[in-house]
Amino acid sequence: MTADQPHYRTSDEVDFVIIGSGAAGGILAKELSTNGFRVVVLEQGPHLTEADFTHNEIEILAQDKLTNHPKLQPNTFRKTLDEKAKPQRALVYGRCVGGTSVHFTANFWRFHEIDFIERSKIGPIAGTGFTDWPINYSELEPYYTKVEWEIGVSGLAGASPFDPPRSKPYPMPPLPVKSSGVIFERAARKLGWHPFPAPMAILSQPRPGRSACINCGFCLSFGCEVGAKSSSLATAIRMAERTGRCEIRPNSYVHRIETDASGRAVGAAYFDEKRNTHLQKAKAVVVCANGAETPRLLLLSANKQFPNGLANSSGLVGKYLMLNSGGVVTAQFEHPLNDYKGFAVSRVLHDFYELDPQKVGFYGGGGLDARFDFTPISFAFGGLPPETPHWGKDFKAALAHDFNRTMEIFCHGTSLPLENNSFSLDPDLKDAWGLPALRLTYKDHPDDLKLGNWMFARAHELFEAAGAQKKWSFPAREQQFAVHLLGTCRMGNDPKSSVINPDHRTHDVKNLFLCDGSSLVTSGRGQPTMTIEALAFRAADRITALAKRGEISA
Amino acid sequence: MTSEFSRRTFLLRAGTGLSAAWVSANWPALLSAAKHAHHAAQAAQPPKLEFFTAEQAIEIDAISARIIPTDDMPGAREAGVVYFIDRGLTTFSADDQKTYRGGLPELQSRVGEVFPNATKFSALTPEQQDEVLHTFDELAKPSQTAANSGQRAIRPRPGAQNFFETLRQHTIAGFLIDPDYGGNHDGVGWKVIGREREHIFQAPFGYYDKDYPGWQPVAKEADKK
Repeated sequence: MTADQPHYRTSDEVDFVIIGSGAAGGILAKELSTNGFRVVVLEQGPHLTEADFTHNEIEILAQDKLTNHPKLQPNTFRKTLDEKAKPQRALVYGRCVGGTSVHFTANFWRFHEIDFIERSKIGPIAGTGFTDWPINYSELEPYYTKVEWEIGVSGLAGASPFDPPRSKPYPMPPLPVKSSGVIFERAARKLGWHPFPAPMAILSQPRPGRSACINCGFCLSFGCEVGAKSSSLATAIRMAERTGRCEIRPNSYVHRIETDASGRAVGAAYFDEKRNTHLQKAKAVVVCANGAETPRLLLLSANKQFPNGLANSSGLVGKYLMLNSGGVVTAQFEHPLNDYKGFAVSRVLHDFYELDPQKVGFYGGGGLDARFDFTPISFAFGGLPPETPHWGKDFKAALAHDFNRTMEIFCHGTSLPLENNSFSLDPDLKDAWGLPALRLTYKDHPDDLKLGNWMFARAHELFEAAGAQKKWSFPAREQQFAVHLLGTCRMGNDPKSSVINPDHRTHDVKNLFLCDGSSLVTSGRGQPTMTIEALAFRAADRITALAKRGEISA
Repeated sequence: MTSEFSRRTFLLRAGTGLSAAWVSANWPALLSAAKHAHHAAQAAQPPKLEFFTAEQAIEIDAISARIIPTDDMPGAREAGVVYFIDRGLTTFSADDQKTYRGGLPELQSRVGEVFPNATKFSALTPEQQDEVLHTFDELAKPSQTAANSGQRAIRPRPGAQNFFETLRQHTIAGFLIDPDYGGNHDGVGWKVIGREREHIFQAPFGYYDKDYPGWQPVAKEADKK
C-alpha cells in the first residue's frame, strides 16, 4: 500500500467498484484509475507483499496461504445434473491481492486467430455450445502487445512458425534455456516439429522496482519474493495505487451486488475482516472475481426483479464452463538436469495447435511444454515412477537418483463448452459466512479426453526421440478439480445466448460489467491468462469510452 | 483465473494418475509443523518434546527411520523428523493427534501379530521392522509369512493403516522441507536428493544445457504450417 492511496467512504459514490484484484481486476483498476476515474477494488483476500512470500511448502501447499481455503469455503462436486453433489475440494484460485497471478506458472501464450473463429471453420459440434467469438484476433492484438510491454513478458518473436501476427516484438529476450528445454528442443526438431522459447510473464531483465528472475525454483504455487513474476500485484496494482485515485481494499468479501428499482447496480455489499457488512456505492460495478466466483456472485445477487440471478436472463450464468484438457507425461534421463533451478518452462511447441478433425477423429488442439514444476516435497509425492515403493530403502534411492534427472511434458488442450458443465450454488452446503457454497458440475466431452490421449502419445514420441531412460503417463481421465475457470459468463452479441456483450457489459444491467476467465467463448489451448489480461485492457478502453460518452451513468 | 497453481501440484496431478482430489485430500495431513519445528531442527541439542512422551518418540523415530532409512547418506533420523512431527502435532488439527494416539498402539499390536514375542516396534531388528510395515502395503491382505508359519492372524487395522500413511507423509515433509522452516535438519534431506541450499541460481543449470550454443532458427526452407 502506498501513501498515495485514497480512502473512499462506502457512501461515496465512486466511479467504479471493481470486485477482484487478479489478472483482469488489476489491469482494469490500473487503466480506469489512470483514465481519471475514482476506483475502489474489493479483494476478498489479504494484501500480501513480496516480504510475505516464502519457500515454505507446508504454508503454501497445505495451509493455503495464497489460495481459497477448503474449510472456510468448501465446495461440492458432481459429474452430471441428476447426481447429488458431494462435498470435496473442487477448485483452487488465488485469494490475495493479485489473485491467481501471484502463484501461477506464468506461461503467457497468446491465443491464435483460429481460437476466435473455429466454429465457422470446422462447423458445429452436436450437443455443445461451440461458437465463434464476437471479436477476433486482430481486434485483440494491440492489447496482447500492451500486456507484453506494460506487464512484462519475456519471449522471442518469430521463433514459432505458428505464431499469430504481432505488431511489436517482445519487450525483453526469453529466459535462459533449462536442460528440460534443450532435451525437448533437440528431440522435437529430430521429429520435424517446431519448438520455440517459451513466452513467460517473468522478467528476464530488471524493471524499475522489480528484479529479473533469480531462478530460485519456487514458482508454481508460490509468490515471487523479488517481483520478477509479472503478477497483478507486482505490476498493475502498483500502477493503480500510484494514480492516487484507486483504493485497494483487501479482506473485503463481496456477497451481493445491489440494484435499485430501475434495475441498475448501485454498489457492492461485502463483509470486512470482522464480518461486518458494508455497501460500497458506485456508478458502475465491474466484476473480475474469476470464472467461478463471478457467476456465483451474480447468482447470490438474485432479487425480486432478477429472480434467477443478476444478468441471467439468458439462464447461462455459470454454464459452459471449460477447464482445459490435458495432463503430463514424465521422463527420466541419464545425467542430471537440475531442473529444480529456475522457472518452470523454457520451451514450447505449437505444431498441434490446430488438428484436423477429419484426420484425427476428434475436435481439438493444443500445445506441449517442457517443464519441471515440482518442489522437493511435491516431487516425493507425485514425481516418482508409479512402480516406486512408497517408503524404505528403494524409495529413498529413487528420490536421491530421480530428483535431478526428471522432467515433464505438459500437454495443454481445448475443452468444448457444454451447457451442463457449470458452477452453481450448492443447495445445502454453506461457507463460513453462511453463503451457499460453489458446486462444480463437470464431465469432459469425449473429444477432450481423446485429445488428451493423442497429445500424451506425441509427448511419448518426443521422449523416445530424446533417449529417455524411462517415461510414463496415465490415460486422460474425467476432471473433477478446476484451476482454469473459463466461459461461465460468455461474451456474445445475442442476449439469449450470452451474458455479456463485446464491451463486457452485461446484456441485462447497463452499468454492470464482467471481465475475467468467465468472458471466454472458447477455451483456447490451455494458457488463458494472457488472453484474460488482453481482454481486460480492451474492456478498460471500451468502458472508458462508454463512460466518457455518458452512456453508463445515464 | 488462471493457471498454474498447484496446477502443477494440485491441478496438474489432476490430469495424471495422482488426482488432484488425492493430493488435496492428503495434503492437509501435513499441516503446519513447520514454524514450531524450526527451532528444534536448528538447535544443536535435541529439543524438548512437546507432544510425544519420550517412549512414543522412540517408536516414531524408529518407524520414520524405516520410511527414509539411514545408509551411506543421512535419513529421517538425521533430519530430526521426529522433532518436526512432534512440534507439528502441537500446531496441527486435533484429528492428527488422534491419528497418532490411536494408531501407534494399534501398530504395536500388529508388531505382536507378526512377531508374537515382541511388543515394541523399536525393539525389532531393521529387517523385522520392515516386515511389520510391509503388512500395511496391501490393505488387509494376510501376510504370507504369517499364514505359512502359523503365527497369529493379521487383523485388519484401519487405525494403524491410517497412522502409518500419515506418518509416512509427515516423515517425507520433515525430511524435504526447506530447512529454514523447521525440519530437514542441516539440509540433509536436500543433500540426499542433490538440491543445493541456495535460492539464487544462474544458467547453465544442468548437464544438457551446459553446452547449448544459443537459439538457432530452423533453416529457412521451412515448413510453415
